[in-house]
Amino acid sequence: MTPQEFAKHLGANYPDHQFEIDPLNENCVLIPLQLVPQCFELLRDDDATQMDYFDFSTCVDHPPDRLDLVYSMYSTVYKHRIQLKVVLDRQNPCVPTVSHLWVNANWNEREMYDLFGVFFPGHKDLRRLMMPDDWEGHPLRKDYAHPNLVVRPD
Amino acid sequence: MLIRTWWCALTSPSDDGGALRTEEFELNMGPQHPSTHGVLRMVLKMDGERVVDCDPVVGYLHRSIEKMAENRTFTQVIPVTDRLDYCTSMTSNYVYVLAVEKLADLTPPPRAEYIRVIMTELNRIASHLLWYGTFCLEIGATTPFLYSFRDREKVLDLFESACGARLLYNYIRIGGVGQDINQKFLDRMIEFLDYWEPIIPEYEALLDENPIFYNRTVGVGTVPLEMCRSYGVSGPNVRAAGVAEDVRRDDPFAVYKDLEFEIPTEKESDVFARYRVRMRELRESAKILRQCYEKIPSGPYGLPLNYRFKVPEGETYVHIESPRGDIGCFLASSGGDKPWRCKFRTPSFVHIQLFKKLLEGVLIPDIMAICASFDIVLPETDR
Repeated sequence: MTPQEFAKHLGANYPDHQFEIDPLNENCVLIPLQLVPQCFELLRDDDATQMDYFDFSTCVDHPPDRLDLVYSMYSTVYKHRIQLKVVLDRQNPCVPTVSHLWVNANWNEREMYDLFGVFFPGHKDLRRLMMPDDWEGHPLRKDYAHPNLVVRPD
Repeated sequence: MLIRTWWCALTSPSDDGGALRTEEFELNMGPQHPSTHGVLRMVLKMDGERVVDCDPVVGYLHRSIEKMAENRTFTQVIPVTDRLDYCTSMTSNYVYVLAVEKLADLTPPPRAEYIRVIMTELNRIASHLLWYGTFCLEIGATTPFLYSFRDREKVLDLFESACGARLLYNYIRIGGVGQDINQKFLDRMIEFLDYWEPIIPEYEALLDENPIFYNRTVGVGTVPLEMCRSYGVSGPNVRAAGVAEDVRRDDPFAVYKDLEFEIPTEKESDVFARYRVRMRELRESAKILRQCYEKIPSGPYGLPLNYRFKVPEGETYVHIESPRGDIGCFLASSGGDKPWRCKFRTPSFVHIQLFKKLLEGVLIPDIMAICASFDIVLPETDR
């Protein structure tokens, strides 16, 4: 399936919503926040898509107000791969978990909680993964400041 | 395999239903433990000798590679990716460089593609040899380690002659490779393969028919295929579960579509099957290298690029086959000379998550065998 076909397939299943190809990434479909995680469940279980392999999920920070969450998944049956993007509110990023669908999403979400401060309601074990438990702030955010972090001279 | 059937019939499953039950206690394994390559801590809840629950704790080697990448130009990030996985620096170089080339729409010259394949396959041999040696050390066999490191040195010598470094190469560059290789290098490579290919059966002879090795590995740490899918297991570990999945075949990059090689698989998905898959992969790598020797074209080895070149705005994801599995790089550029976001999807990060489920009910000595069989490398997990 091509990304266009994915967008069409999702549009047929959720006629109330718009699905567009991400202008930044030709292999990525933008999905509305309300459809997480139903839309992922559909992609995993639908016979036409069968996305049974979860690559990764990560965030891309766009200050001042946007935080993109990118999911990537693959079908070992059809050998097609797609990225899905959800746009979050940067001040209060919150998105339902998908870790009950693919176990691999578990640590990816813990990492995003740790490094970007995204909250995942429904996640069973939302703790910091890389940084110590008492660390303050979320290091991969663009405006993160720390005394040890200096700008590299040009 | 006949000997496997014989062994399985001989050893009956353990039964400690009548054994004395004791109070559960917590055991802290690591972070400094000789059998975890790097610094992995496992908080184990034990009932006597058996594990009840395991909580892997990572992050002890977190060097914020992804944050550092945002602060460097596209070229300056390559030495940082070396440190992602010090056993296969070439592959981590390669996956990052491929992502930049895809965003910037660059096509490296054919000679560079072949050199990259040669280096990745040599690195696969070096990495599998390192795995073979340390895996055997962890289950208590010292001799195989000496064999494998003797031969791994010869691969590292080849790397040294090509790029001057033995471990962290910084060799695969955007648009090509760092330096050209000459005919002498290729001849030395073939000389090495002629010497080394007859030695692979020696590696196997040390273990394959050894009853102690059988006892430690057969039927230990079995991962069913459904579990592999849900956890995202890739590389030799999923091939040990009986599916011929390989990025080099499913989503070919560089010149892999012109090369002939087999994808070795095993059915049982236990520690022994993972060992068998890796041993057979060594032979396939040798096969690929010999084809590259025949086919490598002459010509330029890289594109002339400005050091601080700019990459157009966009996002992309590429992935390749590392010795450990499916390694990927998600790269976002904002149109400047530095990456806006650089995320590495690393196979070890995925495989460590398995331990929580897999170590339930196993004995303490089996923890080492299982952990080692997945070939996890901690710097890659923590990034």
